[in-house]
Amino acid sequence: MALSTIGTNQIASEAVTVPKVADQVLSSRNLIINGAMQVAQRGTSFADLNGYGLDRFGVGSSDDGAITVTQDTTVPSGEGFKNSMKFDVTTADTSLGAAQFYQFFQKIEGQNVAHLMYGTSNAKTITLSFWCRSNKTGTYVTTFMNNAADRFNPNNFTISSANTWEKKTITVTGDQSGTWLTTNGIGMYVIWNLALGSDFDDGTNGTWGASDYGSGGNVNFLDSTDNEFYITGVQMEVGDTVTPFEHRSFSDELQRCMRYYEKSYPYSVAPGTAISYPGNLGITVRGMDEETSGQRYITNTMRVEKRADPANTFYDDAGNAGKVTTFNNAGTGTNNVGIALVVTQPSMIGCGPNNSAIWGFGFFYESDAEL
Amino acid sequence: MNEMNITAAKYLADNGENIAIEFIVDGKIMHVSVEATGNRHYAEIMRQVDAGELTIEDAD
Repeated sequence: MALSTIGTNQIASEAVTVPKVADQVLSSRNLIINGAMQVAQRGTSFADLNGYGLDRFGVGSSDDGAITVTQDTTVPSGEGFKNSMKFDVTTADTSLGAAQFYQFFQKIEGQNVAHLMYGTSNAKTITLSFWCRSNKTGTYVTTFMNNAADRFNPNNFTISSANTWEKKTITVTGDQSGTWLTTNGIGMYVIWNLALGSDFDDGTNGTWGASDYGSGGNVNFLDSTDNEFYITGVQMEVGDTVTPFEHRSFSDELQRCMRYYEKSYPYSVAPGTAISYPGNLGITVRGMDEETSGQRYITNTMRVEKRADPANTFYDDAGNAGKVTTFNNAGTGTNNVGIALVVTQPSMIGCGPNNSAIWGFGFFYESDAEL
Repeated sequence: MNEMNITAAKYLADNGENIAIEFIVDGKIMHVSVEATGNRHYAEIMRQVDAGELTIEDAD
């Protein structure tokens, strides 16, 4: 439209609607980080994962089966996605126990959902949308939960057609009860349950209550090694209107992810990978002139300040966890050296080795402040 | 939610003061500050200590 033709009729409130402009100008409306499954700092394949795999998405499970989680390139056509997160059953559990489950989730920091005003009379409606695909058709359940795990809202969704991408939309009225953190702790859990034992089905579908993850009638995704589940395009936004997925740049998404986890390895190198030449260590100091004191350590500013003090893993150049590489005056490295001193804050990381006289040392690190 | 399999923990000290905990989770050695109250690993270590399931060894 030419500038000269823009008049009152074009900018009237009834003419400018969210669907018309959301994909162009309303940025940062997606409360989910890495919803397009672009960022995978820890690696791209995780066998029998119980923890974090792709950035910001965790897995929790208690079952007799096994699932491999991968960053995949199978995506819905024509939506602009490059990656999805895939769950592939490698060991089946055909008779899920009452207390068994398999979930994946994103824990949203309280500061990022403070504006939802949960736990007050002003609590806002939210809409979750995502693309999913599985050979295992049937009813699954997504759960919204607070930090104390005493407020739940389970919402069933159905995969209708096998091996077909389907977009799911779930709108939830704001919870006016309970305590919802607005700190750097867990503000809200968003959970997808792929298998849920009967101990967890005391909830009411689409309703806030003191329990539970589900309301019954959900599939057991673990029941066959043929089963696969893909998800991408996860978006949670304020209001009852689903808008087009907010495609953020890789760099933008990586920066957001690093508030919770970062590594000193190059992005494409999985932590713990052996590096052949010691000079390639992410952090190295030399010229310590046969230093033996307990104060021989180095610190480094992290790429992104963490939401809280992190837990760290240091690696020597052979990829040994909890170790560093030291050097003699000829520059020859010694691996598998233990750590005597650790200095860490949300914005800084450092350590020192515990062997005898050294001329230098170095290490890679992982820094984990995930919720 | 996800569980952590923590099998050992030991303090690291500087000038006699405990400054960090070295621990093994799922077979991997990690370190966390003794002041990391907002960290999930630290929280789980302290939960297990309080429950009598884990003992943090003294520093060398």
